[in-house]
Amino acid sequence: MISVQHVSKTFRSGGTVTAALQDVSLEVAEGEIFGVIGQSGAGKSTLIRAVNLLERPDSGTVTVDGDELTALSPAALRAARRKIGMVFQHFNLLAGRTVRGNVELGLEIIGVDGDQRRRRAFEILDLVGLADKAGSYPAELSGGQKQRVGIARALAGEPKVLLSDEATSALDPETTRSILDLVKTINTDLGLTVLLITHEMEVVKRICDSAALIEGGRIVEQGRIVSLISTAGSRLAHELFPLGDAPRTPGDTVIDITFSGGSADRPVIAQLARTYGLDVSILGAVIETIGGNQAGRTRLQLPGQPRSNTGPIEDLRSQGMLVEIVGE
Amino acid sequence: MIDPSAPDFWSGLFQVLLVGTGQTLYMVGVSLLITVVVGLPLGIVLVGTEAGGLFESPFGSRKLGRAINRILEFIVNLGRSVPFIILMVALIPFTRLVVGTFIGPTAAIVPLAVVAIPFFARMVEIAIKEVDTGLIEAAESLGATRWQIVAKVLVPEALSPMILGLSTTVTSIINFSAMVGTVAGGGLGDVAVRYGYQRYSTIHMVAVIIVIFAIVMVLQGLATLLARRFAHKSRPARAEKVLPALRDGVLTGA
Repeated sequence: MISVQHVSKTFRSGGTVTAALQDVSLEVAEGEIFGVIGQSGAGKSTLIRAVNLLERPDSGTVTVDGDELTALSPAALRAARRKIGMVFQHFNLLAGRTVRGNVELGLEIIGVDGDQRRRRAFEILDLVGLADKAGSYPAELSGGQKQRVGIARALAGEPKVLLSDEATSALDPETTRSILDLVKTINTDLGLTVLLITHEMEVVKRICDSAALIEGGRIVEQGRIVSLISTAGSRLAHELFPLGDAPRTPGDTVIDITFSGGSADRPVIAQLARTYGLDVSILGAVIETIGGNQAGRTRLQLPGQPRSNTGPIEDLRSQGMLVEIVGE
Repeated sequence: MIDPSAPDFWSGLFQVLLVGTGQTLYMVGVSLLITVVVGLPLGIVLVGTEAGGLFESPFGSRKLGRAINRILEFIVNLGRSVPFIILMVALIPFTRLVVGTFIGPTAAIVPLAVVAIPFFARMVEIAIKEVDTGLIEAAESLGATRWQIVAKVLVPEALSPMILGLSTTVTSIINFSAMVGTVAGGGLGDVAVRYGYQRYSTIHMVAVIIVIFAIVMVLQGLATLLARRFAHKSRPARAEKVLPALRDGVLTGA
């Protein structure tokens, strides 16, 4: 649905040159929620702005729903943008318009007549749960409500893609969850493809099907979360299940086991203890439900050097678990 | 010297004030209208043609945008830096060309509008610059054209500070309209000079000051009310931030 190919963007201000994006390629499949995670300054904001060409890349192509946006004339680009809704970190609502007026903005721009605009606005406000606030001004709303208006505005024109630029970063954790759930609902009910950027792993964990890690203007890693979890050395997987720094335990073996899908509900530790007679200690564990599946990582300590534990480690691997020896 | 104890003094004063006020309101009203009609688009173009602005490259030419911006900057600065009394006299040939004469309230409208347009354009510029660029991005993401952004985002969102700016403009137009009176433009300034100064009538002088003060107060109050009406609670804070800038930057320039 969204295809970003070899996009680069450099900013020049005064004497300093900043390479915000360097040969970035992304592929977002229809109907999925794709999260780009990175720290501030990593280029994620430039990346999402490049998708609807609010920021025109220096090179590379952007294709959304079959339209190669980078090749379109200004008028055709405006038409294509109507298929791409966008929500912003700071909501960007017009202070002088009511909630309904804000939602109708996009429809006015397209030239939908008054009656139809009104009907559509109420329909969509109903969907985001703000029908009773139609006559209020943004200044009278809470942050979460403002973002719901932002989402309603983005959806009013029935886009196929929703871009979310740190939509929950200005919200408290509880409101964040309710907004994320709303995005998930929209994704499932309306079949909308969602591309979001965030610096919070929580967001990726809660709603994303796929994710990409961006650093210094480059995509370091990307893929479906289910497969990232079982990829050795995946940094995203480590960030999804943080176990902290490895302890220094000379003479013992510390291993991180990542399990997902079928291996999640097997009595792994009991098996190890029984089969090998090992005194297994659990140093840490993180378990999450991602995409409806249990997945997680457990850090175990086995007595003896890693060399003497190859048996049990190989056994775990043969059961489809990802085993990483910490400190090796 | 006029004798305040003369039987027709007060009715004469009233008559003179009425005519003077009527002329002042006429001069100020028409020049204000012209100021808004010309100054508003001028201010929008001033902001728009700046680097990174909405009209940075009109007709696809960045050079053209820069040229337009420089020329307008120059005109606005020129208009604001020439003292009004000089501008008024210097404009006499132009006034004659437009109105046919350079005497009387109608003729006075020309220099008043000429001095107020750059003044108001600056205020429009400052007010529009205060509009969050995120709002422009939001409109762009919805597929808005540049003119739709101007009409649906920039002007409405800057309305509150622009109204306050307009009220400052009116105040200075009234101020200048009094000065026009000295070169036979008519109005309250003319009354103050002819009766208050040349004929030593303190009562006329005081009466003129009171009337002008009343007009300014009413207009200011109206503007504040309107500005608040369009501010929707979260905005007055912003308008207050703009006003000192308007006062410092624009008033001293005139």
